[in-house]
Amino acid sequence: MEDKHQWPLYEVFVRARGGLDHKHVGSLHASDARMAIDHARDLYTRRQEGVSIWVVPSKAIVASDPAETDSLFEPARDKIYRHPTFYDIPDEVKTL
Amino acid sequence: MSAAAPQAGAEALFRYVLRLGDLSLVLGQRLGEWVGHAPALEEDLGLANIALDLIGQARLLLSYAGEIEGRGRDEDKLAYLREQGAYFNAILVEQPNGDFGQTIVRQVLIDAFQLELYERLAASRDERLAAIAAKSVKEVRYHLRYSGDWLVRLGDGTAESHARVQSALDLLWPYTVELFAADELDLKMAESGIAPHLPEVQSAWSARIEAILTEATLRRPADRPHAWHGKRGQHSEHLGYILAEMQYLQRTYPDARW
Repeated sequence: MEDKHQWPLYEVFVRARGGLDHKHVGSLHASDARMAIDHARDLYTRRQEGVSIWVVPSKAIVASDPAETDSLFEPARDKIYRHPTFYDIPDEVKTL
Repeated sequence: MSAAAPQAGAEALFRYVLRLGDLSLVLGQRLGEWVGHAPALEEDLGLANIALDLIGQARLLLSYAGEIEGRGRDEDKLAYLREQGAYFNAILVEQPNGDFGQTIVRQVLIDAFQLELYERLAASRDERLAAIAAKSVKEVRYHLRYSGDWLVRLGDGTAESHARVQSALDLLWPYTVELFAADELDLKMAESGIAPHLPEVQSAWSARIEAILTEATLRRPADRPHAWHGKRGQHSEHLGYILAEMQYLQRTYPDARW
């Protein structure tokens, strides 16, 4: 049941500058998507934090179950060979 | 100082710039009253942001006015130490906030006015005014997006929200006449190429407002002749209270600084 007295929750993602990813910065309440953009602009970019905003209804986000943390994430712990740390990187390569 | 159009005269330009600056200053102060009282935290910040934009515009304009006057009055002296009769804002902006809907109606009416005005002022022969307008027009475009969206939501919302904004519109509409009533000073500024001709601003404003009202399913009130002259320093009772609050600190502790 949706609460009629509370606007729906939106998650806000802000791109700090061109070329970077949108990063999750927080959430806010708004009655519709356009209002959510306005609020996000006023709340999260008033100190020049961004050049682009995404808002997503929080209820549209599907999250992993904390109860499954062990089975989802533990198995990766002892598989350090998946990290690309066993290669010799030539000096010429500045960033990888 | 930038070169003002020579035939305008410093005194006239001073008064015209004060009109613009006072409009932003008084509206900014009014909107600031919502801080801590808005219907939602998000709106609290939204309104405060608009208020701060307006205070920022007022600072630029009043600083410029002080330079034109050339008597050593800076933005603070002009904002905090003038008497009510020396304020030249149209009286629409000093009208009380009322409920949130009434604030939104007032905001739409002024935002659309400032938008049309600044877009044209950006081409002013007065370089300083043109620069201030070019900077401010971006802010005002957002203000109108914010207020216009809200008016549509409320007007085309519930029966109660519709009734409230319609009655606010009926209440405030008569004050819009003053915005476009060109007096000698407005004409002089327009002829000097400093300011746009007000009838041109009015027709653009009218079309913009018409579109918003239609979408908001609101009825446009009939125009009536007006009998107030805030632009000449004759104000409603409300401005005195605004100034009493706004100027209290500077008058009680002269030259106080942060």
